[in-house]
Amino acid sequence: MSVNIAAPRSQRLDPKYVRGPKSRGNFEMLAWLFMRLSGVVLVVLIFGHLFANLMTGTGINALSFGFVAGKWANPVWQFWDLALLWLSMLHGTNGVRTIINDYAEKHATRAWLKGILYVATIFIVVLGSLVIFTFDPCVAGSDLAQCR
Amino acid sequence: MSKTSSGTLYRGREGMWSWVGHRVTGVVIFLFLLVHVLDTALVRVNADAYNAVIATYQNPLMALGETALVAAILFHAFNGLRLILVDFWKQGTKYQRQLLWGVLGVWIVVFAAFAIRHLSLAFGGH
Ligand code: HEM
Ligand code: HEM
Repeated sequence: MSVNIAAPRSQRLDPKYVRGPKSRGNFEMLAWLFMRLSGVVLVVLIFGHLFANLMTGTGINALSFGFVAGKWANPVWQFWDLALLWLSMLHGTNGVRTIINDYAEKHATRAWLKGILYVATIFIVVLGSLVIFTFDPCVAGSDLAQCR
Repeated sequence: MSKTSSGTLYRGREGMWSWVGHRVTGVVIFLFLLVHVLDTALVRVNADAYNAVIATYQNPLMALGETALVAAILFHAFNGLRLILVDFWKQGTKYQRQLLWGVLGVWIVVFAAFAIRHLSLAFGGH
């Protein structure tokens, strides 16, 4: 006796097994690829950040407002920190999005958690970018030589 | 999913634990990053306020916390590179376990070097 079983995704399935009509395109594949590409770049950016701030000179003891002003007087470090900010926030947000999808089973819970996540991400990325672009070495409280 | 305690090729073995470790360290680093950008933003508000916050990072007790954070970052970074090799290198899946031991080896060495330098700077000497 032979039974005909429709091939998967042949659109001849019982409608109750057909998932939502909207296709996410290849978003998930791009996200997967982004995690790997950003990961490779982040190794360089983060190791460089930690090395410059904690391993050279007197390490953590040297950190201060003046130290930051010194670094951000150099466009290379401005760009470094901007790339670090964007890549690590997007990589981390996408990672946490995956984790929410894995563990939050109720649709409403998942939607809320991801909403909070995206709002936090946008806030931090915008704030961090503004801080780099509008940095002022003579902000209130600064006692750098060029400000006196 | 298998319910036997002898496990499967994956469950309860190195592959699963490295995944748990990757996930936990990823979340920890992300939470740190949110706070880190907020406190760095103080440079835009007031130089003294920023210096006061940085002074708390220079406390030896906090140095232990920074050392733990860097341990998490180093694990996530090296294990992340291993995941990338497993995905893109032809022989990756075959050697994923050996790669994990490699990750742990490199991790111990780099972490030890970092910890010695960072803790001796933070606990005096200067
Ligand atoms: C305990 C370890 C760390 C210390 C002491 C530290 C210290 C600093 C300091 C002093 C700055 C000011 C600018 C500069 O020096 O470039 C800064 C900025 C920054 N750090 Fe770190 N950092 C640490 C770990 C990290 C990690 C692990 C990440 C990424 C995951 C990170 C991401 C950033 C970003 C994105 C900025 C720029 C913030 C902005 O745009 O306002 N830092 N950090
Ligand atoms: C140091 C360089 C880094 C490398 C090489 C790296 C690599 C990776 C890779 C390959 C994945 C796997 C994605 C997947 O399974 O599809 C991943 C996941 C993740 N990463 Fe990173 N990453 C790095 C830095 C960071 C940073 C700075 C953060 C936080 C801001 C972070 C947070 C996460 C999170 C939350 C996940 C999701 C974990 C999961 O789904 O189990 N990573 N990372």
